[in-house]
Amino acid sequence: MALLDVNGLKIYFHTRDGVVKAVDDVSFSVDSGETLAIVGESGSGKSVTCYSLLDLLPKPPAKIEAGTAMFDGEDLLTCSPERMKQFRGNDIAVIFQDPMTSLNPFITIGEQLIEPLIYHPDKARRLTRDAATKRAIELLDEVGIVNANARFNCYAHEFSGGMRQRVMIAMALINEPRLLICDEPTTALDVTIQAQILELIKQLQQSRDMAVIFISHDLGVVAGIADNVIVMCEGTVREAADTESVFYRTKDSYTKRLLAAIPEGAKTMANRAEVGQPLIEVSHLKTYFKDYSSPAARAEKRQVKAVDDVSLSIQRGEILGLVGESGSGKSTIGRSIMQLVPITSGSVSFNGTPISGLSSSQLVPWRQRMQMIFQDPYASLNPRMTVYQTLAEPLLYHGLANSSNINQQVQQLMDDVGLARASMRKYPHEFSGGQRQRIAIGRAIATKPELIIADEPVSALDVTIQAQVLDLILDLVERHNLTMMFISHDLSVVRYISDRVLVMHHGVLIEQGDTEQLWANPEQEYTKNLLKAIPLADPRSERARLSS
Amino acid sequence: MDDLQVMEEQGSSLWRDAWIKLSKNYLALFGLGVIVLLCIVSLLTPWIAPYGYEEQDLMLGATAPSLQHWLGTDIFGRDMLTRIMYGGRVSLMVGFIATAVALVIGVLWGAIAGFVGGRVDAVMMRIVDIMYALPFMIFIVLLMVVFGRNILLLFLAIGAVEWLTMARIVRSQVMSLRKQEFVEAAYSLGLSQWTIIRRHIIPNTLGPVIVYTTLTIPSVMLLEAFLSFLGLGIQPPESSWGLLINYGVETMEEYPWLLIFPGVTLSLTLFALNFLGDGLRDALDPRTSKD
Repeated sequence: MALLDVNGLKIYFHTRDGVVKAVDDVSFSVDSGETLAIVGESGSGKSVTCYSLLDLLPKPPAKIEAGTAMFDGEDLLTCSPERMKQFRGNDIAVIFQDPMTSLNPFITIGEQLIEPLIYHPDKARRLTRDAATKRAIELLDEVGIVNANARFNCYAHEFSGGMRQRVMIAMALINEPRLLICDEPTTALDVTIQAQILELIKQLQQSRDMAVIFISHDLGVVAGIADNVIVMCEGTVREAADTESVFYRTKDSYTKRLLAAIPEGAKTMANRAEVGQPLIEVSHLKTYFKDYSSPAARAEKRQVKAVDDVSLSIQRGEILGLVGESGSGKSTIGRSIMQLVPITSGSVSFNGTPISGLSSSQLVPWRQRMQMIFQDPYASLNPRMTVYQTLAEPLLYHGLANSSNINQQVQQLMDDVGLARASMRKYPHEFSGGQRQRIAIGRAIATKPELIIADEPVSALDVTIQAQVLDLILDLVERHNLTMMFISHDLSVVRYISDRVLVMHHGVLIEQGDTEQLWANPEQEYTKNLLKAIPLADPRSERARLSS
Repeated sequence: MDDLQVMEEQGSSLWRDAWIKLSKNYLALFGLGVIVLLCIVSLLTPWIAPYGYEEQDLMLGATAPSLQHWLGTDIFGRDMLTRIMYGGRVSLMVGFIATAVALVIGVLWGAIAGFVGGRVDAVMMRIVDIMYALPFMIFIVLLMVVFGRNILLLFLAIGAVEWLTMARIVRSQVMSLRKQEFVEAAYSLGLSQWTIIRRHIIPNTLGPVIVYTTLTIPSVMLLEAFLSFLGLGIQPPESSWGLLINYGVETMEEYPWLLIFPGVTLSLTLFALNFLGDGLRDALDPRTSKD
């Protein structure tokens, strides 16, 4: 019998609008030393399934309708609250997606680490403060925190994202759990950090013979670490098998769609760049911000060099990819070109005319010719404006339509981005993430711009939706003869869409070249590491990559 | 710009949707009904009041509710129903006008300070701090001394004090809105700052603003009572709900109806305002469903 055996689990949410079957007849099992991956898009019920095991669901509205979850012979779903506390304390631990919000900002990480040891519900297992501290420091050392002794007394904000996730892992492991649930533990991290964290989880699992449930939307990550995979969609299990079978002998149509949606390989569309006709020329651009990160930095008037002496050009018709990890300054370049942030020095020219240094009213005609698509489709639309109002605003403001033909123009835009005309009077919250991003794209192309700067336009979307939106973007680029700067941290996406790629690191442009050339022969060490860290949705090559 | 106006009138606007939703919220409709009724009664008071507001009957004195005097009479033999009706004119006017003054100044001040930020924000908020620090009573007394006792001035004075908190609430809302991507998107569309404030920022601050407004109206009514009690507001024989309650408290033990009836009227008004405020807040949030 396996360590955890979930059978026929059904969890329904009883909301005012009716019953939502979040988890509908899900069964799986996982044994010590095994890794089970639960893969699915948002709303598939993968997190709900795992939270129910620890009684972390809000009840109501959630209600467990049926099923058992036998952990070492005891049912987690029906045990007493007291017993559940013991399970949480001793046997099952969780790592959440966002390490910043799961750590208390007001308590040192050391104090948070030893808390479960010195206040253990089981009095016999309580440790003294000294013993607990010793144990915590050992563990911090094991998860790869350098100088653990000193870092023990630091606060969460003094760690980087990757280090914070390491602290979270140490916290999860402090009571030596037998089952570790990882809920998208690397989604908020950069690709090179992600590789390190995955490696660490693997190592810790092997040394402790733990069972691991790994929740993820990323098939590449799953391919490398899972022994078994279940694919969930809308609350039901679509496919459950060992990893190789899921990837190589896929049976279910949804899983096939999921696999097909992963951007892979080179751009298929021809390069439309008109060489020698730069639409945008950026020379020696510097964008510095005041550093408010600490009182000392503030007092000394330190500056954060977000973009430090970058020169680049975008040819007319070109799709230029800009990659870099978080904090590399890639978004700031986009915003500097758009004149959304004040630049410190250097210049930006549009079609040969310098536009940096123009006043906001002088910029209005230029704004019509360059537009931006933002990352978060939930934040980039005004929640109190209907789709119609959102799309009509740029048209009317720039005088591209009048009250007699505005309806028809907005409908045209909606057709262009693949939205149903009937949803014109709806508000953004009534749409899914992908549809919202389509609205945002519609707003960006409304003024018939020549240049579009897309800042991580698909990062917040599920993989199948991501593929559709990428294809929409490529289609629009071709039909409207657009020039595009595509900013992303996701190298596979950038490769799929760009003609040429620039690599940013710490505000500096470190490498550039035609996409395929750069992929084949990266010159800089940093680029090599970046390319090496991309997880592949192919278990055999992914495993070979990890072991190398 | 005119075209943008046209667009707002066409089709589904925030306000039209809000009205559809409000009309399905019975509690809010009840609130609205009570407020409208009170306003109508106040407007028509000089014609429909059963007695004159100064009409005394000293021989009668304070009597319990009867057929002649539905809500009883006060110690001077004045009809309470009449006095509550006349008092409502003053209280409602203070409530609405002073709150409107606070609303307009507070929202604009807060929105501009929060949106422009930097030095402008610092200066504008320091002005708010200074106003906070000014002793309110001295401020009003000074106004009265300089301009003479005038009921309109009283409204303005109360409004001029109440806007401070509103400005702070709006400013903090705007500061977080300003960093949202949809505002950045509006910038990159080339919209002017004023258009962005008007179309993208202010509508998104409505929720807290409406709630605070419904809280301001009652506190303004009570403030008026306090000022009148000190002799700075309106003077007997004129009256307001707050004043009636104040006098009612003094004679609470012998003549409880002198406290109960004005108290009930004021409470009913505040309930109605709160229901209406909650309903408006939900109705103006597109995220709540239409049915």
